[in-house]
Amino acid sequence: MSDLVLKGKAIKLWDNISTDDIIPGRFAHLRSNLPELAKHVLEDAVPGFASKVKSGGFLVGGKNFGLGSSREHAPVVIKMSGVGAILAKSAARIFFRNAINQGLPVLLCDTDKIGDGDELEINLTGGMIANLTSGITLNCSKMPPIMSAILNEGGLIPYIQKHKDFKL
Amino acid sequence: MGKTLAEKILSLKSNTEAKAGDVVIADVDLAFVQDTTGPLTVRQFKESGFEALARPQQTIIFLDHAAPSPAQQLSNDHILLRRFAEETGCRIYEVGEGICHQLVAEQFANPGDVILGSDSHTVTAGALGAFATGMGSSDVAVALALGKTWFRVPESFLIELNGVFPRGVYAKDLILYLIGQIGADGANYKALEFGGGALAQMTMSQRLTVANMAVEAGAKVGLFPGDEIIQDFLIEHGRGDNYKPLYTDAEAHYEKVILVNLGQLEPMLSLPHAVDNVCPVTQVKGVRIQQAFIGTCTNGRLEDLAVAAEILKGKKRNPSTRLLIAPASRQVLIRAIEKGYIQSLIEAGAVILPPGCAACPGFHQGVLGDGEVCLSTANRNFRGRMGNPEAMIYLASPATAAASAIRGEITDPREFM
Repeated sequence: MSDLVLKGKAIKLWDNISTDDIIPGRFAHLRSNLPELAKHVLEDAVPGFASKVKSGGFLVGGKNFGLGSSREHAPVVIKMSGVGAILAKSAARIFFRNAINQGLPVLLCDTDKIGDGDELEINLTGGMIANLTSGITLNCSKMPPIMSAILNEGGLIPYIQKHKDFKL
Repeated sequence: MGKTLAEKILSLKSNTEAKAGDVVIADVDLAFVQDTTGPLTVRQFKESGFEALARPQQTIIFLDHAAPSPAQQLSNDHILLRRFAEETGCRIYEVGEGICHQLVAEQFANPGDVILGSDSHTVTAGALGAFATGMGSSDVAVALALGKTWFRVPESFLIELNGVFPRGVYAKDLILYLIGQIGADGANYKALEFGGGALAQMTMSQRLTVANMAVEAGAKVGLFPGDEIIQDFLIEHGRGDNYKPLYTDAEAHYEKVILVNLGQLEPMLSLPHAVDNVCPVTQVKGVRIQQAFIGTCTNGRLEDLAVAAEILKGKKRNPSTRLLIAPASRQVLIRAIEKGYIQSLIEAGAVILPPGCAACPGFHQGVLGDGEVCLSTANRNFRGRMGNPEAMIYLASPATAAASAIRGEITDPREFM
């Protein structure tokens, strides 16, 4: 089987991107209308983000990406915006699980080695990131096998539809 | 090697000898959603092809965040959740009953339970010794159907508390101090386990405040060991038989030990826009506030309203500061009326909001204006949290909030004692 590889541009953010940055509570009334909700993704942190990201790319944060609420709508709207993966030094526990459950890869690596606009090639199978702009290769920390299995199925719901139960 | 409390509970619930770092599948004793995460959970549940709940009587829907609903879309979400309760036979707590975490503590949580909530502050029930943690809608949807979920067994930090709180210093000041020490991601994926001589004098209300904010240091759970105070709380709430004495083994391994002498603490607060941006109240005295908000799953309990009422009794809020009070549950509100606290608070100029999350999640009952400053007893002050990215939120104890409401500026509560 060939490795799963994603290519795109880095959109550099910073430490402690909260779920209130990603999709604030004031849009709670749109949570059952995901296309409308997704128009507001990250709009307080990066004005115009939803239109800027349309071409695809990778969100590159610092430490503690996604801290805060358990709202799974946060990775949902990031994925809907076209983002292919999140790269961060660390990710908050609930957000990390939610993103994987939505089939949105979260790779933990030294994001100081990635600049805004850098061209990246991510090998999801091997957990490696090639920064084509700087020529640096980054290793990502491994996630538990059950998370990899969930991600490989495209998220928790497809995983459960297929396996009917958790498999360790 | 002995087990930490986290290892012990997950061993019991997974039928394995669980050690930190292991991945286990554990039984879930109680699973719940609230009204802003529940609709997605219901949709994920149906999309998975599930029809029946594993444990209908241990599945709960709480209508607490938009309570009562401020928008037609949220009202329709409530209809969806009520319909799901009818179809599946799960429990539902209507608008006005209170905040999910308070009701779980009052009516459901037991030592050694595994509790999953689609709300990050599910950790609150760790005060009763439950392995209680927040997850997203998909994880909870699957747990509703299968009655189990997977966990990576966390490493634990021991937080050893000694001494007694000085006058004007409360559990909120302790947990803000600790978060300042640990950092917002310092306990990411870890368990905080509380111990030490100070626990003997720490009420359930105080423990719930502390456990509630464990997640603000990134922790998966904040656990208190079994003792008489937990047992008495369970007896008082009609489920004394559910008490189990669960403790950490003496030779358990802790990744880190943090010692705190409560006697050396002072009133603390979190500055905008990060919970771990902590400093003593004395350093920011005098900052003008347009709103003081006392309530939430962190500080909306009877003891919190008692402290606020004592400070505000016979006084008036500052004319330029709105004072909002939201009891954490109907039970709290009834008791606060019986004890005269509500009378004192209303006479001081407070607005009493219905039991629920009120102004905290940022879409009703106290949304801030541009440039406004709120001193809140909640657990989060991220930019945009209370409905406006141009507003500023400081977090502090109910005593600090009450004193600050009188002066109209951030005030050390010891000046009113």
